[in-house]
Amino acid sequence: MLELQHISYHVSGPEGQTDILKDVSLTVPDHKLVVFTGPNGGGKTTLAKVIMGLVQPTEGRILFNGQDITGLSVTERARLGISYGFQQPPRFKGLTVHDLLLLAAGEQKLSKDRCCQFLTKVGLCANDYLDREVDVSLSGGEVKRIEIATILARNSQLMIFDEPEAGIDLWSFARLTETFEQIHRQHSATMIIISHQERIIQLADEVIVVAGGAPVHRGSVEEIMPLILGNTAGSCPMLGKEENR
Amino acid sequence: MITDIDAKLLEKIADLTGKPVGAFNIRKDSGCEARQSTEHIQITNKEDKPGIVIRIADGTKGEVCHIPVIISKTGVTEMVYNDFYVGDDCDVEIVAGCGIHNSGCNESRHDGVHTFYVGKNSHVKYAEKHYGENDGGQTGKNVMNPQTVVYLGENSTMQMDTVQIRGIDSTRRSTKVVCEAGSEVVITERLLTHGAQQAESDMEIVLNGPDAKGRVISRSVAQDESSQLFYPRMVGNAACFGHVQCDSIIMGQAQIRSIPEIAANHPDAQLIHEAAIGKIAGDQLLKLETLGLTPEEAEETILKGFLA
Repeated sequence: MLELQHISYHVSGPEGQTDILKDVSLTVPDHKLVVFTGPNGGGKTTLAKVIMGLVQPTEGRILFNGQDITGLSVTERARLGISYGFQQPPRFKGLTVHDLLLLAAGEQKLSKDRCCQFLTKVGLCANDYLDREVDVSLSGGEVKRIEIATILARNSQLMIFDEPEAGIDLWSFARLTETFEQIHRQHSATMIIISHQERIIQLADEVIVVAGGAPVHRGSVEEIMPLILGNTAGSCPMLGKEENR
Repeated sequence: MITDIDAKLLEKIADLTGKPVGAFNIRKDSGCEARQSTEHIQITNKEDKPGIVIRIADGTKGEVCHIPVIISKTGVTEMVYNDFYVGDDCDVEIVAGCGIHNSGCNESRHDGVHTFYVGKNSHVKYAEKHYGENDGGQTGKNVMNPQTVVYLGENSTMQMDTVQIRGIDSTRRSTKVVCEAGSEVVITERLLTHGAQQAESDMEIVLNGPDAKGRVISRSVAQDESSQLFYPRMVGNAACFGHVQCDSIIMGQAQIRSIPEIAANHPDAQLIHEAAIGKIAGDQLLKLETLGLTPEEAEETILKGFLA
């Protein structure tokens, strides 16, 4: 179980202090699929990074399976069973897709069949990709799918995905949602997915709308979806006025 | 006599364990330690200067020739000239390389000039590894200055892989390849310097004939206070294609200069160069840390991959 207790994150700039996260407390039970959604700049990615240790909170505590991990490094958290799929994954000159899968799985050897399983789940063919370098020769969508495959190979207890759908074509996206659904159905991991996609939101046990640095709504898909849909251009008083003219 | 230290050096520079198969010449501390010719590959002494002449007969295929150099005494300095005559229609591999084990405080230095005359329709794979080490606490410098000159005949190809990873205090490498019609050279250079080491690589690829192709892939890492200078030049004198790609990772207080030059003397010469110098990106380290690697392991993995 993951527990965030009173997490705040402030940054100081020339114009004074900016609060990126404001006193966030939430619990993610085991084997649940939780979606963070909300407007750009609302604090979703920072919140996810705080869990992975990529951002150190100014205040608050993080407990993972009852252990206080607030002071632990990224490496230590990874070894405890937390993984993180970046929104914009880096590229590596000289490291192949196979190298990354091997590192992710933490094994000396990984059979082609197993690599194929991970890659197929993100819509890639092992024959075409295993020996390719993860460099600029790959498109953004390909790098993104390889990134997700590394999280699958990692097979950790808590998987965090930051906008996994970004840059991915429709066909691969469909395959990806099936993969999330399968992991969820088999109770093989707890998942936190940052997403704006209705199809991913529909998979969630709980949807948390993060805005202004804190959760503003949380509940089931049925409870939250009407709020999200209501909070679009149609509900904007200014746009509404223009449309009525 | 091959000592344990020599055996270790041979393994490092030529992947040799035990006696090589096929033609070989092992040079140790400026003398000939062992030599073997085969039916198709003849190795003889060079008559006018120190060094050897390797003659590979027309049509030789699938043979490997090892010509490693090891220096295990401190203070040895040598200048060696090795000439390679590769016939027509060959497919051969030549493994060179130099290893220095410096056991004292004097400079050990190997300067070598390798000249290749490659015939027509042949394929040559040429590997050259440089490695140096010092006995614990000893301060003798290890210096290597290799020169490689290649005349590549019509429709022949050469794949040249050079590696220098640690241990060489100073190196000045010079490579010149002249490509005739339809020939292709691919040079992969990998270099890592550290401490106060200095490395310079001066390269010139001259594409003389129509459809000649040249490709240079240079990857280097400069750590600590070391310095590197690259000067790859690609000259197109015909309807040809040339590509120079230099990538360097800079660390610590190191300095790197990369000065690629492309020169077209023919309207159908297509020449491209790319050069980049940069630190290891923070997001690369973080990504590998999220896979459970320590920051040190992450850095090592990135460097190993980059130089692989």
